Amino acid sequence: MYRIGVDVGGTNTDAVVMRGREVMGWAKRPTTPDVTSGIVGALTGVLAETKIERTSVGAVMIGTTHFTNAVVQRRGLTRVAVFRLCGPATLSLPPMVDWPPDLRDVVKGHVALLPGGFEFDGKPIVPFDERAQRDACREARDLGLNSVAVSSVFSPVNAEHESHAHEIISHEMPGAAISLSHEIGRLGLLERENAAIMNACLRDLGAKTIAAFRQSLADLGLACPLYLAQNDGTLMSADFAEKFPVYTFASGPTNSMRGAAFLSGLQEGIVVDIGGTTTDIGALVHGFPREASVEVEVGGVRTNFRMPDVYSFGLGGGSIVTDRRPTRDDGRPWPVEIGPLSVGYELTTKARVFGGEVLTATDVAVAGGRAEIGDKSRVADLGAPLVASGLDYIQRRVEEAIDRMKLSREPVPVILVGGGSILVSERLAGASEVLHPPHYQVANAVGAAIAQISGEVDRVVSLAEVGRNEALAAAKQEAADRAIAAGADPATIHIVDVEDIPLAYLPSSATRVRVKAVGELRL
Amino acid sequence: MREWFLSELDLEYVALGAAILGTGGGGNAYLGKLRAWEQLRAGRRIRIIPPEALKDDDLVIAVGGIGAPTVGIEKIERGDEGLLAVRAIEKEVGKPAAALMTDEIGGANSIEPMIAAALADLPMVDVDGMGRAFPELQMNTFFIYGLKPWPGALCDEKGNTVVFTDVQSPLWLEKLARAGTVAMGCTAAFALPPITGQQVNAWGVKYTVSQVWRLGRTVIEARAEKRDPVAAILAHEHGKLLFKGKIVDVARWTTGGFARGRLEIEGFDTHQKQTLQIEFQNENLIARAAERGDVIATVPDLICIVDSETGRPISTEETRYGLRVSVLGLPATPLFRTPEALAVIGPRAFGYDVDYQPLGEYVMPEPVVTP
Repeated sequence: MYRIGVDVGGTNTDAVVMRGREVMGWAKRPTTPDVTSGIVGALTGVLAETKIERTSVGAVMIGTTHFTNAVVQRRGLTRVAVFRLCGPATLSLPPMVDWPPDLRDVVKGHVALLPGGFEFDGKPIVPFDERAQRDACREARDLGLNSVAVSSVFSPVNAEHESHAHEIISHEMPGAAISLSHEIGRLGLLERENAAIMNACLRDLGAKTIAAFRQSLADLGLACPLYLAQNDGTLMSADFAEKFPVYTFASGPTNSMRGAAFLSGLQEGIVVDIGGTTTDIGALVHGFPREASVEVEVGGVRTNFRMPDVYSFGLGGGSIVTDRRPTRDDGRPWPVEIGPLSVGYELTTKARVFGGEVLTATDVAVAGGRAEIGDKSRVADLGAPLVASGLDYIQRRVEEAIDRMKLSREPVPVILVGGGSILVSERLAGASEVLHPPHYQVANAVGAAIAQISGEVDRVVSLAEVGRNEALAAAKQEAADRAIAAGADPATIHIVDVEDIPLAYLPSSATRVRVKAVGELRL
Repeated sequence: MREWFLSELDLEYVALGAAILGTGGGGNAYLGKLRAWEQLRAGRRIRIIPPEALKDDDLVIAVGGIGAPTVGIEKIERGDEGLLAVRAIEKEVGKPAAALMTDEIGGANSIEPMIAAALADLPMVDVDGMGRAFPELQMNTFFIYGLKPWPGALCDEKGNTVVFTDVQSPLWLEKLARAGTVAMGCTAAFALPPITGQQVNAWGVKYTVSQVWRLGRTVIEARAEKRDPVAAILAHEHGKLLFKGKIVDVARWTTGGFARGRLEIEGFDTHQKQTLQIEFQNENLIARAAERGDVIATVPDLICIVDSETGRPISTEETRYGLRVSVLGLPATPLFRTPEALAVIGPRAFGYDVDYQPLGEYVMPEPVVTP
C-alpha cells in the first residue's frame, strides 16, 4: 500500500508518494488561495509522476497552514460561547481579556463564569452546579450560538467538571460543537482557555475545510482514509481534526523536522530547513521536534498548547543580496547583507541565474560553486570578494542559529533540508556531521506521510500522597491510553518524553508531570 | 499633595522593570499587569505618593501575593483578596490605612498592592522593603530593623481570612503564613503587620516604584531607538556588567521545597575563555568565576540575567543552554549592607561560607513625584 503526504506551504504545495520507507516520487505546485486546488494539483502531479493505481493508496496525510491563516486574517471564524468553571477564583481576569480587540469582537459570543474548578491537588474549589450550567447554556442557545469552549481551573489535574459541563451542554444545546480546555492546552488557565476558544472558533471552518479535502480525494478517485498532520509531528484522523483544528497550527516546520529525521535516519540533531524566504531551525529529540517551553502567540493571542520550538530568520534561496561595496578597496572584507527581503516564489524568473535582474542568495551560491542551477555565466561578473563575503554571511547566520538551538556544547549532527539548503556548505561549525539526505526538497511532505499517533498528559501531582515512581507510571499509562484512543497500534506504543518539575516557593512536594506516548498508526 | 497616576503604558514599564529587579525570581508580573489594566478600564485609579507625604503616625500596610507562581497561573486571583487582607489588619488594629505599599518590588509583587489600592482608592507609597525579590517574608528591611511581626493577615479567593496575632518572630510568621497558604491551595494574599509613616521613612527602600518604572521605560525606549538595552540598564542602575556570554549548562535540584540550581555561562568579547557560575534558589544568589572559584557577586547585591540582545529578564525557570545573556550586578540598598541585615539576607543566610563584598556604591533612585 502507498501513502501520500501533502504539505501546504506559503509558496508551494508539495506531495510525495511513499511505500514503506521508500519515496516513490514527488510533485511541487503553487499553493492556491482556496488551498484545495493546490492540493488537487500536487496530488494529480504526483499520481501522474509515479503512475500508481489509485486503489493502491492506503492513506493521504495533509499538513496545512489554513487554520492558522484563518485566525491571523480573522476569516471564516465562528462566534463562541465561553463557560469557565472557576467558582470565586479567577474573576479578576474574565475570558478573552488579553485578546486583540478586533479578534475578540469577531469571536466573543457569550461568556459565563460558573461554579466549579479545582485546587492544584484536584479537590474542588467549589462544587459544580448543574443548574447554573443549564441556565448558561440556555442563554447561549437563545443567542443562536452553537460552538462552546469550556475551561475549568486546574482541569489538567482533574477534568471532572469540564466533562460534567460537556454532558449538560450536549443535552441543552443539541448539535453544538464543544471544545474542552483540558483536551487542548496545558497548565496556565488563560493560555489554555485561549487555545480552547480558538479551537471553538475554527470548528465550522474545520468541518467545511475537511469536507472539501474529502471531496477532492473522492474526485481524484482516492477512496482511502484522510489524516491531518499535527504540530507535534504525529497524525490525527480527519474526524478528530474536525474537532481539534488548532492542532494543525505550526505543523509546517514540524513536518520538515519529522521528514528530516526520517530521511536521514537520525533521532537526535538539529534540522535546518531553508526555503525560498526563510530558514527554520529546530531540534530533534527522540525523532520529534523539541517543544517550545514558553507561550506562543497565534494571531496576537497567547496560547500554551504544544508547539515546536523553531528559530526562524529571513534567509532563503530567494533572499535579496545588498552589496555594500566600499568606494575604494581598503583591504577589508567586502560587507554584504542577505535578506530578509526575498523574491520568494518568483526566484525562477527574477534571479540572475534564471535570466532576471535581482541578485539573490541563489546567485551567490551558484557563483561560488556551491550550487549548479540556472545559467552560471550570468553571474560570472560578480567579484570574488563579493561572492566570498556573501557565502560567508550565509554560513555565519546558519551556524549562529544552529548554536542557539543546540542543547549542549557538544557538536551535534545537522540535517539540511528544503529547496534553499544548497546555499550552505556542508562544513558547518558546531556540527559533528552534516547530512543532506535524498529528497531533501520535499522533507515536509515526507514528514506528513510518516504515520504516527501520540497521546500526552500534563498535570500537577502531590508526591506526598503518591510516590514519584507510582505517579510517573500512572501518567505513562494514561498517555499510552490516549494515543491508542487516537488511533495508535497498542503493540507499537512507546514513551518518548517524561518530565517532572517540582513547583517553586512551596514546602509541599507538588510536582508537575508531563508524559508523551507515541505509536504507529493502525492502517 | 502631588500624586502620580499610572496609565496602562506605565504599568507595562513597571512590569518589565520589576521583572529585571526580580533577579530571576519574584514571579511573573504578566497576569498582575492584566489585572491592573482591568482596574484602570473599570475607571479606578492607581496613584503613587512619595514616602515623605506620610505623617509619622499614618498606618501603612504592605500587601502582596504569597505562594507558588505555577499555581498562580492556573488559579488566578478573585481580585479583592489583597484588599480583604488589608481590611483584616485595619480591623485588628482599629485604624484605617492611609496608604498601601509593597514589601517586594522585584517581580509580581510590585503590582499586587496597586490592585488593592485601586479597589480601595488608597494611594500606594513609592517605597518597598527589598529593592529586589527574596523568597521569604522575613527577608525585608522592616523586619530586619525591628518591625513587630504581628498582626499579619492571609486571605484566599474563597474568602477565608486568617489573622496571625501574637507571633514570636518574623521567621515564625513566614512559617505560619506559608503553611496557611498551602492549606488555602498554594496561593493567597498576605498583608504584613502595620507599618507607621515614620517607619516607612526610616526603614523603607525609597522610590523603588519610580525606579522600576524608569528602568522599564529605559529598556523599551532603547529597543525602539535601536540602542543597546543592556548598556541602558547598566547606566540607569549604576550597575556593573559582570559577564557576557552564552549559557552552556543548567543543573537543577530541590531542597526544602525550593527550586535550586546552578548555571554556567561561557564568555564572549572581553570575557572570552572565561566561565561564570551562578547558583540560584528561586532568585540568583551568588556568581563565581568557574576557573578559580573567585566570588564575583553575592546577595544582597542584585545578580540579574538579561537577554543580551533585547534586555529581556531571564527567570531561573527559563534558563537553558544556548541563551545569549548578560549578567548584571546592581548594588543593594545600604539598608541591606549592615551586619544585622546580612545575618538575614547575606550569603551565609543562604548557606554560602563567604563574606559579602559590596559591588559598588548604591545610588538612590530619583522619585517621579516629590512632596
